[in-house]
Amino acid sequence: MSGFVWGLVVGLASGLVIAVAALIGVWAERKIAARIQMRYGPQEAGPAGLLQTLADTIKLVLKEDITPTQADVRVFRVAPFLVFVPIAASLAVVPFAAGWAPFNIASGALFFLAVPSLSVVGVLLAGWSSRNTYASIGGVRGAAQMVSYELPRTLTVLSLCVLAGTVSTVGIHDAFRWWWLPLNIVGFLVYFISSLAELNRGPFDLPEAESELVAGYFADYSGIRWAIFMMAEYGGIVAASLFGAALFFGGGLGLPGVFGALAFMAIAGFIAIAMIWVKWTFPRMRSDQLMNLAWKVLTPMALVQLLIAGVVAAWL
Amino acid sequence: MPLEIESRTSIESEEGLPVEELVVNVGPSHPSTHGVGRVVVHLDGEIVVRADPVIGYLHRGIEKMAENRTYLQVVPLTDRLDYVGSMYANWAYCRAVERLADIRVPERAEYLRVIVCELQRIASHMMGVGASAADTGAFTMFIYAFDVRERVIELFETLCGARLTYNYVRPGGVSQDAPEGWTDDVLAFCAAMPEQLSEMDTLFFGNTIARGRLKGIGVLSAEDAVSWGASGPTARASGVNWDLRKHDPYSVYPRMEFDVVVGERGDAYDRGRVKLLECYESASIIVQAISQMTRGAYKADGLQRLITPPAGDAYDHIESARGSLGVYLVSDGSPRPYRMKVRSPAFCNLSLLPMLAVGHTLSDLVVILGSLDPVFGEIDR
Amino acid sequence: MNYEDLKSRLTQLSPKLSPLFSQEFGDAVIGVERGALMATARELADIGFDRLGMVTAVDRGAYFVVVYRLHSRSLSTAVFLKTRAPRDEPVVDSVCAVWPAANWHEREVFDLFGITFTGHPDLRRILLPEHWVGHPLRKDYEDEHIIRRPDYI
Repeated sequence: MSGFVWGLVVGLASGLVIAVAALIGVWAERKIAARIQMRYGPQEAGPAGLLQTLADTIKLVLKEDITPTQADVRVFRVAPFLVFVPIAASLAVVPFAAGWAPFNIASGALFFLAVPSLSVVGVLLAGWSSRNTYASIGGVRGAAQMVSYELPRTLTVLSLCVLAGTVSTVGIHDAFRWWWLPLNIVGFLVYFISSLAELNRGPFDLPEAESELVAGYFADYSGIRWAIFMMAEYGGIVAASLFGAALFFGGGLGLPGVFGALAFMAIAGFIAIAMIWVKWTFPRMRSDQLMNLAWKVLTPMALVQLLIAGVVAAWL
Repeated sequence: MPLEIESRTSIESEEGLPVEELVVNVGPSHPSTHGVGRVVVHLDGEIVVRADPVIGYLHRGIEKMAENRTYLQVVPLTDRLDYVGSMYANWAYCRAVERLADIRVPERAEYLRVIVCELQRIASHMMGVGASAADTGAFTMFIYAFDVRERVIELFETLCGARLTYNYVRPGGVSQDAPEGWTDDVLAFCAAMPEQLSEMDTLFFGNTIARGRLKGIGVLSAEDAVSWGASGPTARASGVNWDLRKHDPYSVYPRMEFDVVVGERGDAYDRGRVKLLECYESASIIVQAISQMTRGAYKADGLQRLITPPAGDAYDHIESARGSLGVYLVSDGSPRPYRMKVRSPAFCNLSLLPMLAVGHTLSDLVVILGSLDPVFGEIDR
Repeated sequence: MNYEDLKSRLTQLSPKLSPLFSQEFGDAVIGVERGALMATARELADIGFDRLGMVTAVDRGAYFVVVYRLHSRSLSTAVFLKTRAPRDEPVVDSVCAVWPAANWHEREVFDLFGITFTGHPDLRRILLPEHWVGHPLRKDYEDEHIIRRPDYI
């Protein structure tokens, strides 16, 4: 199959994966949040409320497409896709099985780190084009936050590259050893927190601070356009979980065949659930505290991790 | 004439580029402003330069309406003042009427009033703490606080049939006696509540992120608290040891033993924490009141429905969850009040906002507003 | 502090002001002329009445009575301070300089009664919109939205 056709197939498939991930992700979030808060969550639509998200999506599709009159219409319409597409594209380099990723490129880890950061542009444009004070504040906060947390995340993934001796995601996945787990625990923690911040999730959801800015940078988006932002968020959770499980835990922890695949799914699932869990437990961090955390706490921790990885790799 | 907001002032930046202040409107319809209140905020970047609360969106003219109703008919109006704490709003008004008309309230009624007011204080503090937690993004804490509040509201429903506006405390006593077994339910609630409170304490006030959001925010000094008329948990968090139940006691409070919770720094953290800790004291007061309460009349004997106090004026106040809630009544000898004025603690506490918010960021403004615990029914009347 | 002690102490401290003292329903009332309001307020603040509870007004037809409720923690007592303003000239001095708490209370009295407080830093309507005409708590306020309840109960 030629590269172009395969690219189309992968693109459509990852779009589908993200859509399904969003469907399940929203359901899981609502159920987990409900259980943490001593209530039940969606129960009526479908068994255990599984079809609730489908019902919500149908409702969103049927909504009127509102564009604020003062908004910059073309940019306003393009911005959600600028957020969504890079995250969907990043799924292309995730090593789903030993020696295989949809696109096994030599600089896979770099691709995964660089491409989703294009969604920063989307966030900024979404906030700016809405011509709305709250939205611009949200967009600027979001951009600053996402850019700041790139650094610790990149450094932790870099420490894995150093250990594996390759920048390819498939290479890192295949080079996994059991003793990488305790070695990279700090790195994984930094990666987890940075991913939360990248996705504007959990304690770092200041740009979409519901109780302060009434949804910040996507305040003026309604209906299916808002749904695209949500899909981007849950897609990002899925991508970050899959990538984290694939790299830090070696996919299925090196277990053979079916067990490996199941372990991979289980670990990725657990990381995603942990992201949801953290959001509903902690309050939100303020923007300057958030920046503080990125630059003064996480970056030094990531550098230490890189140092450890480098020393161990050189020693081997 | 439309509302004129002060025009944007130019701030010269260092490079000589003209820079404007950003004028942001927080509210009146906004998930975080505990009701309908608007704050016009002038921002220099993210720092608040000026915060101007605009109130009156819930002004219903209750004081004017009271002039055209009899003293008993005014009681449901007082329910709607501080709708989060109807019981003590009723009680403040009834105390003023009883002072004016020289009505003696039987002892059982006083105990019932104390029990009901302390339960209401717990419910109101749960609302206050929960809402300010929701402001910082901790929705789970909000739901936990509302679980405690739900238990209290269920108790009130058993007692008087209503969940929010009770119309229970009437001039001369209470409207009906507690049903059989109600006090046992209340005792069961008081036994179960401390554990839930300590869980909430750990979940929210023990959390590093919450501490970072609340500590050092909106610091109110003790002198400012007194001179600006702050009362209740807002003043006590700044170290002002003033609780009407202890320092100007009324009803049967002199027979109760409890501590006054006083904070140290006067920041948003202390204000929230004082509210949470006061709930423990309220539980203890309720238990004492139930054990001391005897059978008896729940309403003053021989009280006319049409209360006609002699001409004159009187003021009486109680310690509500927000502070010193007072009612000033002027009578002209007719069955209707000539003038009713409600001294609302939330109104006085909210006047602190312009002073407290300057120098903080927009996120902090929301947190400060939450910590002052405004209820706009009481502020706007 | 009971009423007699309070009265003697206040009379000692400011004999030239000669306010009227009375007692109603257990509350001590100090009545002063408009001109003596600021001086009396300062005296009371010096004595120990550091907390202003409320400022309100009562429409008595020919004049308004402006009522201040003052509390003192140190003396464990509370008093009314009352003054009068004639209806055709409803102007009173603002006590914001003595008790900053008076700020919003005086705005409310201005809004609902139309009494102007000289020296107030920011006298504008607080509860009603800026464009409102009239002062609702006055007894002669007319508005087509007011529904009169019948006199029989």
